[in-house]
Amino acid sequence: MSELENNTLGDEEILSDDGMTYQLRLYVAGQTPKSLAAFRNLKKICEEHLAGKYVIEVIDLLENPTLARGDQILAIPTLVRKLPTPVKKIIGDLSNTERVLVGLDLRPLR
Amino acid sequence: MEKSFSDQDIANGLVKSKTGINGLDEVLDGGFPVGRSTLICGAAGCGKTLMACEFLVHGATLFDEPGVFIAFEETPEEMAQNLASLGIDLNQLIAEKKIFVDYVKVDRSEIEETGEYDLEGLYIRLANAIQTVGAKRVVLDTVEAIFTGFANESILRSELRRLFRWLKDRGLTAVITAERGQGMITRHGLEEYVSDCVILLENHMREGIATRTLRVVKYRGSRHGNNEYPFLIDQSGIWVMPITSVGLDYPISHDFISTGIPRLDTMLNGHGYYRGSSVLLSGTAGTGKTILASHLADATCRNGERCLLIAFEESAGHIMRNVASAGIDLRQWLDQGLLHFHTARPSLLGAELHLLTIHKLVTEFQPSVVIMDPITNLVQIASLFEVKSLLVRILDFLKKQSITSLFTSLTEGGEALEQTNVGISSLMDTWILLSNIETNGERNRIITVLKSRGMAHSNQGREFRITDRGVQILDVYTGQRMLTGSARLYQEAVERSAAEQRRVELDHRKREFERKRRVLLAQIEDLQAALDNEEMELRQTIEQSEQQDEVRLSDREQMAQSRQGDTEASQPAQEGD
Repeated sequence: MSELENNTLGDEEILSDDGMTYQLRLYVAGQTPKSLAAFRNLKKICEEHLAGKYVIEVIDLLENPTLARGDQILAIPTLVRKLPTPVKKIIGDLSNTERVLVGLDLRPLR
Repeated sequence: MEKSFSDQDIANGLVKSKTGINGLDEVLDGGFPVGRSTLICGAAGCGKTLMACEFLVHGATLFDEPGVFIAFEETPEEMAQNLASLGIDLNQLIAEKKIFVDYVKVDRSEIEETGEYDLEGLYIRLANAIQTVGAKRVVLDTVEAIFTGFANESILRSELRRLFRWLKDRGLTAVITAERGQGMITRHGLEEYVSDCVILLENHMREGIATRTLRVVKYRGSRHGNNEYPFLIDQSGIWVMPITSVGLDYPISHDFISTGIPRLDTMLNGHGYYRGSSVLLSGTAGTGKTILASHLADATCRNGERCLLIAFEESAGHIMRNVASAGIDLRQWLDQGLLHFHTARPSLLGAELHLLTIHKLVTEFQPSVVIMDPITNLVQIASLFEVKSLLVRILDFLKKQSITSLFTSLTEGGEALEQTNVGISSLMDTWILLSNIETNGERNRIITVLKSRGMAHSNQGREFRITDRGVQILDVYTGQRMLTGSARLYQEAVERSAAEQRRVELDHRKREFERKRRVLLAQIEDLQAALDNEEMELRQTIEQSEQQDEVRLSDREQMAQSRQGDTEASQPAQEGD
């Protein structure tokens, strides 16, 4: 029904040239405007920069509140880069593409 | 969420949530405000986290109020270790679902911020934790850690405001800890949001001695103590000394407690000290203050009551050995648990903490007599004024519980004997002065009851000796002036010989009299014999003359018969004879 319903996006079978998949987790709390914006922005960035080598898992903490502890989630929305290590966290609606790319180690900070 | 208090309670004023921390509930007039947030602030190492932990643990164990601990600084493992040193098994409480600990890690280096966000994640975790154990109490330690984790302060501030509102709406009794700030109560101005109850913890250093203090900066809608209260952290947790100006409404006792020295009892009023009274024992060095105090300890324990002996100069072993030489066996009472020694160098703690320690010991041990030997040593660590005010407070505390207290005070040589250098004699009900009188090259001990409120005490200074059977107060010497030691012995000898002389003289007089009496008696006997002789002679003479008369009469009758005279004629002859 909504954009967030399909929890896993991308194709897990498709690996990048160097065999590395970006495993991303987006923590939200209900379908708030901020969460929806974050999801849209993330999808756009991934399609543009990580096409074919990413997996996005969306976790709604209203449904699974206990999962917040595992990744030390305080802010909503929070994007967690589980792989490749080290774990990276980006909070906010991901509206600043430049900072998201820096946060994901996809582009050095200028 | 269900609230833990009724509308009726609210109508009656603020409902309090007991902290269960010794003394703190008295200062707070009941505890932290139920359904509101309390801010505990202080510099690092002041005991903020411990106070918050105790609040939560006591809630879970004593008051059936489960709690949630949101730890921003310590992991649950570290917390469990810290609390284990206080004898609290945190893991057990967690397993019993009485306490829920959520460690919130805030690390800015891992976090990139892009655009709008809120702290809903924290709410979700908090709500989940509260639901898991049915929490009534919540601790956020130290919530301002989030300021280090997130850059957007305006978001943080609005989220914090929302957080405290959120806690209040759910009727949770919350405790928030915060670092002390420069020029403001907390570093990030949390007092702006948490304004119902603010407690400040401080660590004062004075002459190298640390004293922890607690102050209630603000308590909206409630009475509370205004002073700085010293507190102590030891193996049983936090102890706050709530003593303030208690007032003078002590229970009055007409019972007595023996001094342990029968003759001293007699000097007072025949029974001893009033129970619950304060006794000052002052004297110069070596006058036997500790031994006299030990007599009281011995008598108290012998009576089956408990006695707390606080020594600032000697160790327990020292005292027991020394007084054993005076025939007082304190070890037996120690073994029976009736006597408790607390020995500490005054410089070990601040004066406030000493008294707090005493407060704690008294509360735990419940003695009927407390002995402090000597209080003058406290002057080493605080000013006279401070020591006096502290003693007032400890006296108030002891008197309120009808505990008899005995303080020894060392008077320096050269000072006026009747001046205590702490200036506390006016606080004391009974004041006994021990002094040394130096005469003829020897020093002799004198005990004098300077004052004893409410009893007709002796006004006579009495010599006493410390023997192997304890303190022996000698007989009252009723001569013209008081003599001690060999002067007294000499005077006694003089008096004895005078008395002997008088006795000999008297005996002599008695014998003399006896002799005289015997002489006189002999004379009396002689005279009596002479008298008897006289009487006998007289009687013989009378008898002879009577016989002669009879003879003459019979002769005349015979003659008349022979002359045959008529009887009538003979009559005139008879008459005429």
